[in-house]
Amino acid sequence: MTSFNALLAICLAYVFFLFVVAFVAERSAMQGRVRWLRSPVVYTLSLSIYCTAWTFYGAVGSAARNGIEYVAIYLGPSLVMIGWFWAVRKLVRIGRSQRITSIADLISSRYGKSNFLAMCVTIFFVLGTTPYIALQLQSVTLSFEVFGLAESVSGGGDPKTRTAFWVAIGLAIFTVFFGTRNLDANERHHGVVMAIAVEAVVKLAALLSVGIFVVWGLSDGIPDILERIDASEIGIWQVDGGRWAGITFLSAAAFLCLPRMFQVLVVEAADDAHLRTASWAFPTYLLLMSLFVVPIAVVGLDLLPAGSNPDLFVLTLPLSQGYEGLAVLSFLGGFSSATSMVIVAAIALSTMVSNHIVMPIWLRLTGVGATMSGDVRYVVLTARRVSIALVVMLGYAYYKLSGGGSALSAIGLVSFVGVSQVLPAMLGGIFWRGATRAGAIAAVVTGFSIWTYSLFLPSLGDGVIFSAQMMSQGPWGIDWLRPQALFGIENIDPLLHTLFWSMMLNTIAFFVFSIISFPGPIERLQGAQFVNIFQHSASPRSWSAGVAQTEDLLIMAQRILGAADALALFEREANRQKVSGDLPEPTPDFLQVLERELAGSVGAATAHAMVGQIVGGHSVSVEDLMAVADESAQLMEYSSRLETQSAELTRTARKLREANDKLTRLSVQKDAFLSQISHELRTPMSSIRAFSEILRDGRDLDGAEQSKFSSIIHDEAIRLTRLLDDLLDLSVLENAKVSLNVQRGRLGDLLDRAEAAAASNADGGPSIRITRNRDAEDVWVQTDLDRLTQVFINLLSNARKYCEADDPELTITISQKDGLVRIDFVDNGKGISIEARDMIFEKFARIGEQKAGGAGLGLAICREIMARLDGEIVYLPTTKGAGFRLTLPLEMALAAQ
Amino acid sequence: MIDDEEKAGLPVFLERRSYRRRRLHDAARLLPVLGLLGWMVPLLWSVDSAKAPASSNVLTYVFLVWAALISACFLISSRMSRNERANQDTEGGRDGQQ
Repeated sequence: MTSFNALLAICLAYVFFLFVVAFVAERSAMQGRVRWLRSPVVYTLSLSIYCTAWTFYGAVGSAARNGIEYVAIYLGPSLVMIGWFWAVRKLVRIGRSQRITSIADLISSRYGKSNFLAMCVTIFFVLGTTPYIALQLQSVTLSFEVFGLAESVSGGGDPKTRTAFWVAIGLAIFTVFFGTRNLDANERHHGVVMAIAVEAVVKLAALLSVGIFVVWGLSDGIPDILERIDASEIGIWQVDGGRWAGITFLSAAAFLCLPRMFQVLVVEAADDAHLRTASWAFPTYLLLMSLFVVPIAVVGLDLLPAGSNPDLFVLTLPLSQGYEGLAVLSFLGGFSSATSMVIVAAIALSTMVSNHIVMPIWLRLTGVGATMSGDVRYVVLTARRVSIALVVMLGYAYYKLSGGGSALSAIGLVSFVGVSQVLPAMLGGIFWRGATRAGAIAAVVTGFSIWTYSLFLPSLGDGVIFSAQMMSQGPWGIDWLRPQALFGIENIDPLLHTLFWSMMLNTIAFFVFSIISFPGPIERLQGAQFVNIFQHSASPRSWSAGVAQTEDLLIMAQRILGAADALALFEREANRQKVSGDLPEPTPDFLQVLERELAGSVGAATAHAMVGQIVGGHSVSVEDLMAVADESAQLMEYSSRLETQSAELTRTARKLREANDKLTRLSVQKDAFLSQISHELRTPMSSIRAFSEILRDGRDLDGAEQSKFSSIIHDEAIRLTRLLDDLLDLSVLENAKVSLNVQRGRLGDLLDRAEAAAASNADGGPSIRITRNRDAEDVWVQTDLDRLTQVFINLLSNARKYCEADDPELTITISQKDGLVRIDFVDNGKGISIEARDMIFEKFARIGEQKAGGAGLGLAICREIMARLDGEIVYLPTTKGAGFRLTLPLEMALAAQ
Repeated sequence: MIDDEEKAGLPVFLERRSYRRRRLHDAARLLPVLGLLGWMVPLLWSVDSAKAPASSNVLTYVFLVWAALISACFLISSRMSRNERANQDTEGGRDGQQ
């Protein structure tokens, strides 16, 4: 008998061998030699994780119990692969173009990247896979037991459970080493896939060897074995039609939905060529796996003592005939089946758990964005390792709870029904654009609830969760809620019962909720992309389009970077790749460089989308489009901000220019004034000096002459005084030192006074006709009347001096509004030129070369006075002649003093 | 004349090839339906122990259907692969699948 140590050594050696295979595969993948790793044969063999220890041991058990029914489990997957053109091809294409990492990711991407949905699906998958992992533990434990070694495991307690525990620990460690050695963006695991392919060969070889041994060793070839089959207790066709059809459907559904199958079928797939080969090669593998199942079962039933466990015929049959080597090979086959399943399932589940449960929660708790790459990598890896351990330990817990008693195939089918609940949401999502998130959530939740209630919890055994009483009479005695006779329909096979109700209600919920709900925008776009994937994604051939593709890239780059820069970039890259000609190969490195260059001009998301479109690896996802829209929005906002700023700058510059012009004119005026004022001062001074000299020296002057000269001197002195008075007045007004003498008076009186004063001024120029409306002048104002009169006088004498009309006329109009009085002085002259208008109120401003004397202070004084009186004086630009408008309050606020 | 023939000949050739390719896709789609029908035939058989067929016959039938499906699938997919390669050689560019 093979000793425990020898068996353990064989196991460890086998595991070590797998490690080496995985390591070598990973190394060559890193060196870029993925060709042989990615061959269709390896892909097909990796699909064989469908055949787990359940298949390896359980199929024979199932055949011994129920006859040919076992084969239905292989018929479903065969149909799916033969019909790859329907669903699998589409799934693979979607998986590649949307960068799908797991089945939960697929579902959530389709339904608007809903993380809630992904979380639900992940939790359900963990639950659904748990029985399956328990199944693997059970089969490995049983196979150890067959060699009579379970008892050799030292320590107390139930030896079976202890074995299962150590197997679980071993598998967890094994998977952590295998599956989380590094993080790959595409979630592809070259090493694991290669190891699985090797295991696929081992288990097929083991089963075929046992089969050949049975048919040609223990029987006399095929005719003899067929006779023995017919003579055995499973000799006639007695399969329940419902189970035959149901299990075929179930296995097909599970083949698409099992997380581990999705991992190898979709995530690890490269292109259509793989699928074309697998479409016939994988059914062939399944055919070979099931070919000898019935012969082994029949011969086992025949030769082995009654009551021996048919699940273990594959092991016990060679062992009972003394072929230990064959038995060990068969043991390794079973071991391979179990390990490969657990490894891939744990990897697939841990990807889901870490991506859809741990990371969202961790990111929310810590509040950091996904930008901190190093830290997040560590968290992801830790999350995966922990979830692998968790998943395997859950399987162990299920094994312990269910007591490891029920037949292998029964447990496997429980798991199948569970994971198949995702099928309506998945197929609906890729074929029906109307499927919505609400529909998917309703479907998945309904399906899993029914499965948990009517199959999963009862499968743990009577009295573990549900009491026997509840099973037979329903919860709280409600008859139609009995877990295995829902709605009062009894006596159906429990598996079919759950399959029927869960799939039916699941699908109904999916359609009803999809129809009554309304999808969000991302959901609708994703839906269109998924359903019409073949219109959206480029042909797979463009992966290897070579130079033509580089030319496309160059054309695009020229448009964005400019011809010279683009050519320089391509040349530089070509040199670096040491390729002749100017066009580099479109290697990932080069694409990255190009993308970065383009990103500088058009933004990262746009660049990625553009390069992606030409390289054709991935179609543009909605997220890409949203990112593009976002970037454009930012660019637009930025440019509009720039526009505003530049408009503001232009405005400021204009103001500055205006101010500068004004300053220049003011400076010119000041110079003119200085010369004017010196002239004004000099003229009277020189005449005063001249006449006073005549008076001093001229003793012979007569009295008339003397008096004439003295009066000239007097007049000139008055002129000087007036000029100085004006200057003084202005300076007092400007420095706000003036004190106002506020009184009440009638405007008409003030105008009369002003008219008289202006008329009396002899050198005021030609007389002017003044038109007034005496009725309107009956307005009482409270203000400094003398100052106001001074303004009037100024305006009247200005009109006299400057109105150049043949028949000069001044019209004075008075109006009132809102407690303000407006007095307009409009003459019929030429008016003041536009360029001079803003200068007339400045000090020393005089228009053109003045004929009449005056220092140009009149209007400046007017403006200052009006400001003191809380009013203003403006030039009226709309009148024909020169027009001034005075505005002042009827009652001046005393506080203003 | 020769020019005309070439002009006229090429599109017809291409059209016929893409027509063949589409029919090949139809065949690929039809295959699982045939398989399903074939494998559901046992449902028609009686399970009455007196009239039920022998297990060996059932087994032979199921595996024969299986083998037939696999051979048909192999033929179709190898034809597809050949088309694919021919396409790449002559067109070089991309054309919409489906």
